[in-house]
Amino acid sequence: MTTRTSLEPPVAPPPPEVSRLRSLLDFYLTSTRLAIIRNFQYRVANYFYMIGMLAEPIMLLVVWSAVARSRGGSVDGLTPGDFAAYFIVWTLVRQMNIAFTPAAWEWRIREGQLSGWLLRPIHPINYDLADIGGWKVAVIVMWLPIAAVLTVIFHPTLHPRLVDVLVFAVAIWGAYAIRSLALWLLGMVTFWTTRVGAIFETYFAAELILSGRIVPLKLMPAWVQRLANFLPFKWTFGYPIESLVGRLPIAQLVGGLAAQALWIAVGSGLVALLWRRAIRRFSSVGN
Amino acid sequence: MAHPSPIVDVADLRKTFKVPEREAGLRASLRSLVRRTTRQVKAVDGISFAIHPGEVVGFLGPNGAGKTTTLKMLSGLLYPTSGSVTVLGHTPSRREKDFLRRITLVMGNRNQLEWDLPALDSFELNRAIYRIPQEEFRRTRDEFIELLDLGDLVRKPIRNLSLGERMKMEIAGSLLHRPQVLFLDEPTIGLDVTMQKRIRSFIGEYNRRHGATVLLTSHYMADVEALCRRVVVIHHGRILFDGELAALSHQFAAYKTIEVSLEDGTVDLSGYGEVVGREGGRVTLRVPKDDTSRVTARLLNDQPVKDLLVEDPPIEDVIELVFAQEVVE
Repeated sequence: MTTRTSLEPPVAPPPPEVSRLRSLLDFYLTSTRLAIIRNFQYRVANYFYMIGMLAEPIMLLVVWSAVARSRGGSVDGLTPGDFAAYFIVWTLVRQMNIAFTPAAWEWRIREGQLSGWLLRPIHPINYDLADIGGWKVAVIVMWLPIAAVLTVIFHPTLHPRLVDVLVFAVAIWGAYAIRSLALWLLGMVTFWTTRVGAIFETYFAAELILSGRIVPLKLMPAWVQRLANFLPFKWTFGYPIESLVGRLPIAQLVGGLAAQALWIAVGSGLVALLWRRAIRRFSSVGN
Repeated sequence: MAHPSPIVDVADLRKTFKVPEREAGLRASLRSLVRRTTRQVKAVDGISFAIHPGEVVGFLGPNGAGKTTTLKMLSGLLYPTSGSVTVLGHTPSRREKDFLRRITLVMGNRNQLEWDLPALDSFELNRAIYRIPQEEFRRTRDEFIELLDLGDLVRKPIRNLSLGERMKMEIAGSLLHRPQVLFLDEPTIGLDVTMQKRIRSFIGEYNRRHGATVLLTSHYMADVEALCRRVVVIHHGRILFDGELAALSHQFAAYKTIEVSLEDGTVDLSGYGEVVGREGGRVTLRVPKDDTSRVTARLLNDQPVKDLLVEDPPIEDVIELVFAQEVVE
């Protein structure tokens, strides 16, 4: 039997390296699988959560349909059926927009969750993306019956082409990635000030107007539409919805995916840059 | 025999925190709007030590002594203000992946496992994070399940486990990647005696099987006595003692205890030393260390002694003495 000594011990060799990409994929698959299991376990709670979030789009749908009817059946070419399609798809895109909120960063630091992740040989954003991404897989499955009920009630005008469906399927995940990166950037402000709430509210107000959340962007003034093209908000909300319901030309569909890819690249770069400084600061002040 | 190079090497390590300071009340609050006052707090104040491969070292000190801050610097969670640290040849604050794959930091009051899922699922996540090959993962996991007597508990959601069971899972999960260096911060805090014993025997077994190096903080001296031959005592951010646990008593304890069993337990023994306990026929005396042999001889000559035991004072008392001495200085 071996005993504690000052002699060189039989140090266990570190596990052999698997290719970096393969192990990252393994991590994403494992983490996503666990998130799906966890969220199906809480399916009733998730359903209540999703139903609670229906109030906003139904209210907007009812208001805009009433406006359309009062104007002889359409607003700028959008009929009540178009609004129904827009806001029913909205309900899924809204779910896809949910990411780790900046406000929760303070909790994450205070409870030591961040320290736990810093001790692991993987960037913590991977955990957030995989974990909340897994939740979304569960949400999409649970959303289907809700969409069916809304369709029966509101009669949407929705005739997507195959290409629209394919682009939409990619665009909702692009939207999720962009918003996750944006909220991570906001959340990291916590490392310098705990008052991130005010900054988040400002971001949220801009997003509300410029994303297509309260109204399809085509109903906004031309200058707002132009401005929205140069900001990330539209690519997380209005664009994914339009890609399915708007019968956009192929060039616009592909252009939208390219814009999403650009914002993901910009967001990733900024997160990488800010993360290094944030961690340096966190490590200096500690928790 | 030449000493192997240290696994943990700490030289003149310091950590200072800037802490905001303000009096209570509205006036102080308004004043702080224009003039914010801060205070520098030295959490770790120039400590140096080295730990060699396979050593299990107890890191002792009262609350606020700088133990956790030191462990955080050693594991890369905190940047030192000055001084140098190397662990396994790495500078921890760089948090290189190769370094993180070879260490673990277990904090008794923190939970890193998935609350709503069975531990088996969390273990699976750790396998993916640490890139543990499947075969090795299964072998290590099963070994830990057996050593920690986890049985079917690994199939229950973490939220349904008791504190002690959760801690066992936490430790198993933290060691699945078979780290070479373990930083354990109060791993048995709040646990009952049986669970403490189980966890400390597991740590000892892991150290023996894998030759791991362990730095352990604990307020339970039983942990330290069972696992650590060497202790480092820290207080107010400075090291007061670094050496063999046995030497701590020799250096700091000014007395020994003598337990005497007599035919007649009512005999007055106050002439031999301070009577600190009496139970049936057994009397406990506290005597100055230098007088121990003389008092023992006198007792054996003068009294009908059935049994006699000379002991160093309990390690808790010695540690208390160390801290008290530092305060006097």
